[in-house]
Amino acid sequence: MRSRIHFALFGLVAAVIAVQQVTAYTGSEYYLTQLTMSAYYSLVIVGLCLLMGYAGQISLGHAGFFAIGGYISAFLTTHDLSPLKDGGIVAFLSKAGLLSQRTDLYGGQLLTVQPWAACIIAIFATVVIAYIVGGPVLRLKGHYLAMATLGFGTIIYRIAIGTTALGAADGLSDVPPFRLLPFLEVSGEMSDRVQNYYIAWGLVILAVLFSLNIIHSRIGRALRSIHGAEDAANAMGIDTARYKLNTFVLSAVFASVAGVFLTHYNGGIGPSEASIMKSVRYVAIVAVGGMANLWGALVMGTLLNFLSLRGYLGTYDDAVFGGILIIIMLFVPQGLLHIDVFRGLRGFFLRRPAEKET
Amino acid sequence: MKAVTFVMVSILCILMMAASPVLAADTIKVGAILAVTGPASFLGAPEAKTLEMMTEEINRKGGIMGKKIDLIIKDSGASPEKALSFAKQLIEEDKVLAIIGPSTSGETMKIKNVAEEGKTILLSCAAAEVIVNPVAKYVFKTPQNDSFAVIKIFDQMKKMKISKIGVLSSNTGFGQAGKAQIEKMAPEHQIQIVANEVYDKAATDLTAEVTKVKASGAQAIVNWSIEPAQAIVIKNARQIGFKGPIFQSHGFGNIKYVQAAGPAADGVIFPAGRLLVANELPKSNKQKAVLMAYKKDYERRFKEDASTFGGHAYDAMLILTKAIEKAHSTNEEAVRNAIENLKGVVGTGGIFNFSPQDHNGLSIGSFEMLTVKKGKFVPLGK
Amino acid sequence: MNFDLFFQYIVAGITYGTIYAVVAIGFNIIYNATGIINFAQGEFVMLGGMTAVTLLRYLPLPVAVLAAMIITMLVGGLIEILFIRWLYKPSVLRMIIITIGLSILIRETALHIWGEGVKALPYFTGTSVSSIKLGGVFISPQVLWVVGISAVMVALLNVFFSYTITGRQMRACSVNRDAARLCGINAKNMVTLSFMLSAAIGALGGCIVSPITYVQYDSGTPLAIKGFTVAILGGLGNSVAAVAAGLVLGILESFSIWVMPAAYKDVISISILLLILFVRPSGLFGSKEAGDLKEF
Repeated sequence: MRSRIHFALFGLVAAVIAVQQVTAYTGSEYYLTQLTMSAYYSLVIVGLCLLMGYAGQISLGHAGFFAIGGYISAFLTTHDLSPLKDGGIVAFLSKAGLLSQRTDLYGGQLLTVQPWAACIIAIFATVVIAYIVGGPVLRLKGHYLAMATLGFGTIIYRIAIGTTALGAADGLSDVPPFRLLPFLEVSGEMSDRVQNYYIAWGLVILAVLFSLNIIHSRIGRALRSIHGAEDAANAMGIDTARYKLNTFVLSAVFASVAGVFLTHYNGGIGPSEASIMKSVRYVAIVAVGGMANLWGALVMGTLLNFLSLRGYLGTYDDAVFGGILIIIMLFVPQGLLHIDVFRGLRGFFLRRPAEKET
Repeated sequence: MKAVTFVMVSILCILMMAASPVLAADTIKVGAILAVTGPASFLGAPEAKTLEMMTEEINRKGGIMGKKIDLIIKDSGASPEKALSFAKQLIEEDKVLAIIGPSTSGETMKIKNVAEEGKTILLSCAAAEVIVNPVAKYVFKTPQNDSFAVIKIFDQMKKMKISKIGVLSSNTGFGQAGKAQIEKMAPEHQIQIVANEVYDKAATDLTAEVTKVKASGAQAIVNWSIEPAQAIVIKNARQIGFKGPIFQSHGFGNIKYVQAAGPAADGVIFPAGRLLVANELPKSNKQKAVLMAYKKDYERRFKEDASTFGGHAYDAMLILTKAIEKAHSTNEEAVRNAIENLKGVVGTGGIFNFSPQDHNGLSIGSFEMLTVKKGKFVPLGK
Repeated sequence: MNFDLFFQYIVAGITYGTIYAVVAIGFNIIYNATGIINFAQGEFVMLGGMTAVTLLRYLPLPVAVLAAMIITMLVGGLIEILFIRWLYKPSVLRMIIITIGLSILIRETALHIWGEGVKALPYFTGTSVSSIKLGGVFISPQVLWVVGISAVMVALLNVFFSYTITGRQMRACSVNRDAARLCGINAKNMVTLSFMLSAAIGALGGCIVSPITYVQYDSGTPLAIKGFTVAILGGLGNSVAAVAAGLVLGILESFSIWVMPAAYKDVISISILLLILFVRPSGLFGSKEAGDLKEF
């Protein structure tokens, strides 16, 4: 088992490198832009896959966590603090080296929070919010859980679109690059494209590695037992509530990190990132990949986001996602990579029970 | 393992499939990023239709300087992240001469830097003044400035001896930009804002909001939004017995809203480009010919009324073609310089006079005060 | 706040509340018959309004509304037969995802059929400016239509479920489907019927509110979220309670703009929903025991 996982991971790394080499060779490096963006969305999806597939809890509000990360770091790194320069807190922050001075496009001086500090604050905020929300929400089941997470997502969307400080419907722009290391920077500049591709995919690979370790550990087995039969798991002495909550927080952090990085890469964020449709898309992709199939989710996440971001789906973008959701859930609820279409089709035409739910 | 092979193969397939390079000889590539679907589709859809119609027309006549226009329309659904991805694609892969759009201010602000970096002309169809102020070298916009609309409204109020107003605006970029202008300019026009409410753009009933405004003792209501909700504002205001005049922004320039509001729309006063009253304009008006032609073509082809939004895209394409003809080249730098020096271009939104300091080119005279009479737009005071 | 103003807000609240309640009742009917929450319920409302507006060109208003109800009803039935009927004991998660997918598909289809423009039926009586003055309070005649038709609808539904054979069979299915089947009730047909009924009610709702709220291809989803909130607030499956919950939420919303910007109106209603879910998942008016017995 172990060696197979390592083999697969190695394959992923090889694929990431191979794609970059091919684009460099064919002079089509512009594909890396969309591949980089897709990678960040895939990060959200890997987290959601852990939550939905392994812990069996649906979340229709994951775009909310993405937006929390993105908006907090965008706000902190663009909000000019210079009018408050002499105030106590700002002076303290400045001494602690958490602020940075830069010139904007038109020569104005801006004093803002350092991207690193903003990133850490954003993630910390996400953890706190996820614990506060997750505690009561995860006690719910079925429709109530779906509705509660949908409600959470809607609240975040409403706050993003209703708050003037967050740019209301226009969102925030002019977010500065995020200098990870002296020679490594998350930014949308064309010259930084290759390194950004590797930053994004490096992050995804790390997340996958981490998730696989969880899945194949005691925690993973506990999670799957929750999905299978929560009461039985409880009876066996597994603290199901704690496992569920921790998985929820972890997946929220994945989403938030993706939000922070993509916001720096895009140089801004808008309320569309927090919309319900975005959350539904994430769920759709996890469903297509196969609920408890990290690799499937990753593949589909990359593929579908890539197609969408390149505009291949045209004005049918949302319709395609809706259609995919239905078809997959009707015929292959185990995900596309568990193809059993013929049985499903037979069930449809013969009007016979297709298969038992697991 | 199977999965990983699948990733590799599928990605490589896409790359191969899409990498087939076809550069049709001697066309002028123009990109357009428009919100054809999604929450701003009432802007993007007529814009896209207008561009398609114009491109066909230009190409039928043999193109510009013998070169046909190759129009690439991308539907952003009003999400900035997609607009950004599309902008990079259009600039780097398709190597377009210019991008028309995006439809909304939020999207435009996100791709402004990309256009600057990629040295590609951006002709935005969004209204916010921040798009061209401060001036970015490659970024232009065709809709009129919000501040002109506000000044026009305040002048009209002075004539009607109104000094206390209630302001309603929607929570979109358009609504908020207008609200900011009103708040900024009200004091110097001796106008007092006695109520100031922001509502959701998807609101279905605004009785509570207008009730609050009415209770504040406002003599007139100014509503600033571009969504269908603005028709609900007028209706609800009349229903609760508000008798004073109602002012709307130039976002009201869509006859569908008047139809939706029914008789309540009668008497609404708003500034707008002259497209809406093209029929009533005197023959001497310079814009009349252009406006009538656009209106007739659009309405014949798409069987729906032309709106000023589609007009913004019309103007963008018009400016681009004029600039190409003037520069007599399809070199980006030459065309950009040509746009900056264009004077007296008669468009649907007004007469454009560009300069290196003014990337909008319209003056306050591009607005006309209009009102609604029996479900039709007519110039005010006629 | 003076007396007139207070009542003006109440009227506004009743208008919102009735609209939400109509959607919530549609949710409840399907939930009762199947245990499914149909996330595409808001789309039925939109379809009803859109179809009626289109038909109005050829038919007089009452006929157009009736025809729109029938067409939407058929669409509802068709959807159930194609996408739900043949599934064998589908999990809740699967049903949630399928109905969400349906809602997206219907919405996008509507976009390609009707375009992005706003549409509205004319006021049933009077025009958009007419209002009835009661003391210092103004009421649009359409509000009376909405409240009146909804009241009649709730009453008829109660009669249907209490006194007709079919209605009782549907109720039997909701209480215990296996037992109902053993008694010779065709449970599958009951489910189809519940989809048709709730589609028709949604369509009627869409028609009566469209002069007030307008209808657009994407106006279904926001309504569905509100309707859902109300359905849960009242206790899933209880239609009379849904009306009460709708009115409570509507009035709360209309007064909420006194204390905070109107843009946050939705935040209030959804926060209330979350609180209810956490504290009292059986709803404001549902009994705790009944809530615990429901299978999710």
